[in-house]
Amino acid sequence: MNYFFQRFGRQIVIWLPLAWLLLFFMLPLIEMINVSFSEARRAVPPYNPAFQFGPGGISFQPVVDNYYLIYEYWEDYLWPAVNSIRLAFFSTLYCLLFAYPMAWWIARSNKSLQHILLILVLMPFWTSSLLRMYALIGLLNPNGFINDILIWAGVTVIPIQMMQTDFSIYAGMVLTYLPLMILPLYASLVRLDGSIIEAAADLGARKWDIFKTIILPLSIPGIIAGSLLVFIPAVGEFVIPALLGGPEQLMLGKVIWTEFFRNRDWPVASAIAIILIAIIILPIVYARYQDKEGIS
Amino acid sequence: MAPFISIKNISKKYGNFSAVDNVSFNLQKGELFSLLGPSGCGKTTLLRILAGFEVSNTGSFEIDGHDMDNVDPADRPVNIMFQHYALFPHMSVFNNISYGLRRTSLPKSEIKSRVEELLELVRLSGMSERKPKTLSGGQKQRVALARALARRPKLLLLDEPLAALDKKLRSDTQFEICKIQEQLGTTFIVVTHDQEEAMTLSTRIGVMNEGKLIQLGTPKEIYEQPQTSFVADFVGEISFLEAVVKENKNTHWLMQAAVPIYVSSDSNFNVGQKVKLALRPEKISLTSRPTGNINEFKVDILDFAFYGAGTQYRVIGPEGVKLKLYQSHNQPSKANSPMLKTGFVNFSPEAIIVLES
Amino acid sequence: MRYDVPLIVKVLAIVGFGILYIPVMIMMIYSFNSGKLVAVWAGFSTKWYRELWTDDILLSALYKSLLIGMSSATISTFFGLLIAIAFVRFSAFRARLTLSLVASAPLVMPEAVTGLSMLLLFIAMETTFGWPSGRGVDTIMIAHATFGMCFAAVVIQTRLRDMDRYLEEAARDLGERQPFVFMSITLPLIFPSIIAAWLLSFTLSFDDLVIASFVSGPGSSTLPIVIFSKIRLGVSPEINAIATLMILTISGMVLAGSMLILKRDSRGKKN
Ligand SMILES: Nc1ncnc2c1ncn2[C@@H]1O[C@H](COP(=O)(O)OP(=O)(O)OP(=O)(O)O)[C@@H](O)[C@H]1O
Ligand SMILES: [Mg+2]
Repeated sequence: MNYFFQRFGRQIVIWLPLAWLLLFFMLPLIEMINVSFSEARRAVPPYNPAFQFGPGGISFQPVVDNYYLIYEYWEDYLWPAVNSIRLAFFSTLYCLLFAYPMAWWIARSNKSLQHILLILVLMPFWTSSLLRMYALIGLLNPNGFINDILIWAGVTVIPIQMMQTDFSIYAGMVLTYLPLMILPLYASLVRLDGSIIEAAADLGARKWDIFKTIILPLSIPGIIAGSLLVFIPAVGEFVIPALLGGPEQLMLGKVIWTEFFRNRDWPVASAIAIILIAIIILPIVYARYQDKEGIS
Repeated sequence: MAPFISIKNISKKYGNFSAVDNVSFNLQKGELFSLLGPSGCGKTTLLRILAGFEVSNTGSFEIDGHDMDNVDPADRPVNIMFQHYALFPHMSVFNNISYGLRRTSLPKSEIKSRVEELLELVRLSGMSERKPKTLSGGQKQRVALARALARRPKLLLLDEPLAALDKKLRSDTQFEICKIQEQLGTTFIVVTHDQEEAMTLSTRIGVMNEGKLIQLGTPKEIYEQPQTSFVADFVGEISFLEAVVKENKNTHWLMQAAVPIYVSSDSNFNVGQKVKLALRPEKISLTSRPTGNINEFKVDILDFAFYGAGTQYRVIGPEGVKLKLYQSHNQPSKANSPMLKTGFVNFSPEAIIVLES
Repeated sequence: MRYDVPLIVKVLAIVGFGILYIPVMIMMIYSFNSGKLVAVWAGFSTKWYRELWTDDILLSALYKSLLIGMSSATISTFFGLLIAIAFVRFSAFRARLTLSLVASAPLVMPEAVTGLSMLLLFIAMETTFGWPSGRGVDTIMIAHATFGMCFAAVVIQTRLRDMDRYLEEAARDLGERQPFVFMSITLPLIFPSIIAAWLLSFTLSFDDLVIASFVSGPGSSTLPIVIFSKIRLGVSPEINAIATLMILTISGMVLAGSMLILKRDSRGKKN
């Protein structure tokens, strides 16, 4: 037993999860690439694999039809892609706007308040985004809570259109991803030593000056980390555009869904998925690069 | 002449706890004043009140006749050097030092030349583009000093400026701080809990305990004439003897400890009064044979420790009286044999400090 | 102290907390509305909660979700622990780069992409080996365990890295051998993070709609899938009631868990 562990323990610890992830994460991605180069057909499954091995031997006949299709109807696919980036970008910005004061307050409050506020930030993070989006719909609907109040207060006579607008998307994104922005910001602000702020004040800096020259620059790592944590899942979001957005707010996540379930065009869905991956890889590589710059 | 810096009746309470308790003192221009006291006695709190980060409950603080009570920390002619330096980690040495100057209306060229001057002063020329995390502890300490000096404050506060340095670097830096202070003529208040540091640095020392300023005086006064046993014990090594006043013999008092002891003192005592006698280690001599001097008795040597320039002994006398004593190696030795098991101690009546019991 | 948080920051922060909590709270209040019209308050009632227990589709979806959540969370936590150990405790090993790549990529992969690619693999496997035959609870479980283990690994890794290594070394010095050192010293110390990792993977699985939609088959709809199809039909007091129950349950678990962890943490620091 002992000998066994000394000898093989390490290998098991490494290879058990690695094998699982290679099988159920890497291989699917490879298969998806394979499908994206396959020919669509009306059958089950609805494509003719580009790479295939079976009783008839190995065959490899990739087609680029699917990418060509996307190129040909680029307007149908470009807009969702642009939308994905635009909506995710501004959502990130709004999250930052609300998260910064929250993180600041949490980082600078005393221990017991800090615990309470952190739990308050974490709780929504753990509960289902789907359900919170549903709750938001109840607020934003034409006959929802906000319109009821506005009509009752005499601000407006006809309900204001809030659903299926950019606003509803941003509201949903902020509600979903705010905690992800707060946590890294909090981590960078809590590390900021109070005596550094006092040192700045002692040297003649006013409050705004202190924020601009000390607090903000020292929280930039938190801002970058938080923005990535929000932007990346926001780009690929499906539930929010599906429930809160209209045709103007179409995003790639929803396009994949529609191509797959509605149009049953699996090769095109795969090709779009690969484009989505490319969009996500860019900011990650950028952040990595920034990181390296920072160290050297 | 009105004092340059006047601190009157400053108190600070956290709930029921007095962190600073009715502290008053005055400083003249150009003094290097040390605040000495054990951990938690309120030294940092007092400095933070003077810098303006903490608001005192009572008392007043004036510089050059101007009341500082309602002056924002940013506007006080006071700068502080923090216990852990608090350098801005994202700024170069140059930007750290010039931070305070850039918040004034000084022209860029003037700022540059002042920073160069300061870098020269703290011997860091050529390091102006380095980031704090690439500096050694001593270098960081000097950047912090230069940064605090940049605005030419009337009063500079230093919170344990040398605590993070090793022993050798400490003593070097102590002299450097003294030199810079003399050169600039700025008034310094240095907080420390290291009594040796206070002794070497300062023109005057204030000893604090539990929020109160207990004694204030020159290093020599504090060392040789401590007014309470706390000060006597805190500043330097000392041995205590419980005694009762026996009788007044003209020039001397005869007091009964474990043995009769003659004490020379200007104070008046009542016969039968209980007192505490204190003796500095270097004022006691140890010999292998009786010398016939006054205040002599036989002791057993418990142990000794070699200190380079001298040896410290712990001895035990009649009725278990314990004494610490220090024999310098450069004076002709009377009893420096490590083999010695017993010996005789004597001390002059003038060497004895009498404290209230 | 003079350099407290400025008032304006506190006000903005409270607005932020408002955004996080107000929609859900209003929904919870309306789940006790007796009227069928969602926006009109017609009196207090718990009838929507009572009706939930008669909805067979919902109950069977709940059962499946719980089953999938618990089993995938258990797999995730175990594998996540292995990944964390490999990263924190093993010095350079050959597969390190590969492992770190495949263990972190699922964290950033859009759910739609993960779901689609897994489904394609399952189908390819089925045509090639005949397994898995059709999609159902087992395929959802595998999919959830796969991304769950990456999150679990992050949680456990953080804790393992913070842990004082000398404790392990002390135990080895006193004659204990691996893997018993790990069992007797390390495991109890990182236990809170293991609970946290399990809870996180469980809730990720329990809340997942997108991946489950791709890899589920007919008759294996999980709770989020059922709720999603109901939401598409519009706001209804019945969904208010389910949502309230689910959110309260998860929040309660998180609250209890974080109290436990915070308490253990502060006690651990005092010692
Ligand atoms: N914000 C505060 N709230 C409550 N008590 C405080 C606060 N700040 C300081 N104290 C207490 O006031 C006392 C004096 O603290 P201070 O920091 O001035 O000590 P110090 O003399 O500088 O000690 P050290 O040598 O360890 O730095 C301590 O007992 C401390 O616990
Ligand atoms: Mg202090």
